[in-house]
Amino acid sequence: MSMKASITAIPTGIHMDDYDFLFTALTGAGLVAVVAACIGYFLVLRSQSFAGHALSHVGFAGATGAVLVGLSPFWGLILFTGFAGLAMGALSEKLAGRDIAIGMILSLALGLGLLFLHFYTAYAAQVSALLFGNVLGIDPAMLWPLILITILVLTALGFMARPLIFASLQPELAEARGVPIKTVSMLFLGLSGLAIALSTQIVGMLLVFTLLIGPAASAQRLTCHIRSGLWLSVIFALLIAWGGIGLAIITDWPVSFCITALSGAVYGLSLLKT
Amino acid sequence: MTLALDIENLTLRRGGNLILDSISLEIENGDFVGVLGTNGAGKTTLFKAILGLVRPESGQIKLFGEDIRRGNAHIGYLPQARNLASHIRLSCHDYLHSAWNGQTWGFHLNSRTAADRAIAHALHLTGSSALAKRPINELSGGERQRILIAQSLMGAPKLLILDEPLISLDPARQHDVIRLVRQIQQELKLTVLFSAHELNPLLGVLDRVLYLGHGKAALGTVDEVVTGPVLSKLYNTDIDVIRVNNRIFVMSGNSDLEQDAHLHEHEGEHHGHSHGHSHG
Repeated sequence: MSMKASITAIPTGIHMDDYDFLFTALTGAGLVAVVAACIGYFLVLRSQSFAGHALSHVGFAGATGAVLVGLSPFWGLILFTGFAGLAMGALSEKLAGRDIAIGMILSLALGLGLLFLHFYTAYAAQVSALLFGNVLGIDPAMLWPLILITILVLTALGFMARPLIFASLQPELAEARGVPIKTVSMLFLGLSGLAIALSTQIVGMLLVFTLLIGPAASAQRLTCHIRSGLWLSVIFALLIAWGGIGLAIITDWPVSFCITALSGAVYGLSLLKT
Repeated sequence: MTLALDIENLTLRRGGNLILDSISLEIENGDFVGVLGTNGAGKTTLFKAILGLVRPESGQIKLFGEDIRRGNAHIGYLPQARNLASHIRLSCHDYLHSAWNGQTWGFHLNSRTAADRAIAHALHLTGSSALAKRPINELSGGERQRILIAQSLMGAPKLLILDEPLISLDPARQHDVIRLVRQIQQELKLTVLFSAHELNPLLGVLDRVLYLGHGKAALGTVDEVVTGPVLSKLYNTDIDVIRVNNRIFVMSGNSDLEQDAHLHEHEGEHHGHSHGHSHG
């Protein structure tokens, strides 16, 4: 729908004569960065970053499937990652440490997406945007759903922050004190699904790690306090997202590359701290 | 005086296995009770039943005269440390903070000072105030155990349930932990259930000992319970108890039962998390 019109080609850089374009890209990237940084912080805390990566691939099947039946890929993505997150949360006890099972689900979903594409071949550019992102292709109309989902995810995360932190750090004790561990896990991975669907709009599903995990993992290396860790994670994510767009303007290189490069650089620098 | 714990005809089952078969026991307020028994004897399962996490098949448990319920604030709990994730790089203060009202949902903006006070008090009680800002994954085993004991003290509980707090500590650190718990227990007049694999390190501090085995339980002073006849009946095999220089060796045939239990535990640790549950 709205995305279909906007993504006609992947711009490799942008020109300074289009400020609205830039405003949309910066706003969208900013919203997504904040959400990704907060969700990513807890994914890293819970050692679920690989599960987050897998969720984005499930989203690929959702997005391509939605296109196939004539729906907006964005809503297909949201539905699939959201529900896949809930399902993963419900199974999280069984999936804990099961990298192979998660990896199989991940590649199965990617394969399924490929099958859907096989039946509907007209969207090469859209596929590329799904896989590698296209922040400069965001339609101004897309900002509203981005804003709504950002508010939804952050509010829900704030509401469940205490049980989530408790269950993440001390699951046995949290259970004894009456925290519904499974519900917390489901809700959190459901929210992660939404955050991943958002991140896909900026960096694409293959590169979701850079926005979701990079800033959070760097922040956790630099501070051992939850509050400052969350703030640092958000600041890094904004620097990476906005800096990436800026770098793309200067170099005329793809934005997603610039964002991954900055994310890698931030993480690399954080490793220097012993 | 109310009993701390009054258990009547309690039968516990886990995954179809009979763990405890109609046991009855009374633990008095202010007692330091060592809970012993081989792996799978039901120490952790009994604790989980007291915590309200495992529903009894029959029988009842009264805690300070009340029915048990999940989330009872009278209980301080230190779970068996099978997977205290070593990747969690958070300060001890934040780690403890997570447990303060961690079960409540919603937005709370004003409770920081109360939490900070409770954390400071718990750290003070365990002599670990200096560790507050250190990341918990960088602590030594003994320091970490002190933090976990501090956590079990938050919220002013009347009963402490400490599940294998000596695991993977060297003898000197084990001694420190036992002395610390004993000192806090006497200072705050707490009832303590302290499970362990070996009796000897605990000998000086125990008021009572609770042996579990083959679905049955034996509770009493060390002199009453740790005898050949009582343990032989409990484990349904010939057991000799040998006392040498204030140390007690519990032998079955030619093997030392407690040494065996210890070996199994190390096996379990090597096999990782999946084993932890079956130790029950």
